[in-house]
Amino acid sequence: MRLRYLLPLGLFVVLGLFLLVGLQLKPREIPSALIDKPVPEFDLPPVQGRQRGLAARDLRAGEVSLVNVFASWCGPCRVEHPLLVELAAKKVVPVHGINYKDRPDAAAAWLDSLGDPYDRTGADLSGRVSIDWGVYGVPETFIVDRQGRILLKHVGALRPEDIEDKIMPLLRKLGS
Amino acid sequence: MIRALAVLVLWAGLALGQGLPGAPERQLADPAQEERARAISRGLRCLVCQNQSIEDSNADLARDMRMIVRERVALGEKDDQVRGFLVARYGDWVLLDPPFKLGTLVLWLGPGLILIAALATVFALARRRARPPQPQALSAEERRRLKALIEERDRA
Repeated sequence: MRLRYLLPLGLFVVLGLFLLVGLQLKPREIPSALIDKPVPEFDLPPVQGRQRGLAARDLRAGEVSLVNVFASWCGPCRVEHPLLVELAAKKVVPVHGINYKDRPDAAAAWLDSLGDPYDRTGADLSGRVSIDWGVYGVPETFIVDRQGRILLKHVGALRPEDIEDKIMPLLRKLGS
Repeated sequence: MIRALAVLVLWAGLALGQGLPGAPERQLADPAQEERARAISRGLRCLVCQNQSIEDSNADLARDMRMIVRERVALGEKDDQVRGFLVARYGDWVLLDPPFKLGTLVLWLGPGLILIAALATVFALARRRARPPQPQALSAEERRRLKALIEERDRA
């Protein structure tokens, strides 16, 4: 058997491997440009009816924190919400929320009816602060270290396995 | 009368539905600056729709990004500074024209290398085909057998 007759088969296998890898890629998930960078400067007032707003200095206060960008009009946010409530109840990490381009009353009603996992909330009415965070679709979730550096970004609704496999191991590593 | 009104309402609906990108937004007073802002926007990727520029996209985020581009242009920033503002937030991905650097070498040079390899293959094959196979000289054994055959035919 001459080797050159195997060449098309070899090329086919290589092409197949490329396509297989391509299938696993998630073109919707854009790698964040802000990983290992400090959180952007911002200072947001709280969501209607809440007392504590969210600012960059709150994330540099020496505590690891989770920042979740959400909106009441966003379907996937509703899906992940119980997980955030559960995570906040366990008190492993303070959970903060940035409310993206929401009606103030709608956001308040949403938190009142579904439960409010957030230690602090920031109402980003114009969406500009979220753009500074590199947000391009809600929900997005960030883990911020003690010095206020962004360590992880998750795009889309959190699933239980994301919390188990991505977030909890990182939090344990950070000793939170 | 009612029919005329209905037509009017439908027309209005169509006009709204068209949603000309950029049209209902506040534009820059200086036409030269507005044109620059639009040129920059045409080179920035909409992160929601991915293969449209923010100039072409109706997405809410694209609108916000166009307004940011206009603000930056109005502040007197250079084109690269305006783009840099969004690259700092969204990475090189936001540029429809990827920059030439180490991480994008394969992207930029890959197609050229594949083309060169393909041309070289085609050239080599064409050359091989153009040259007819040279008849080889007969070996001593072949010459002996040929001679035997000819003698056999002559005898017959």
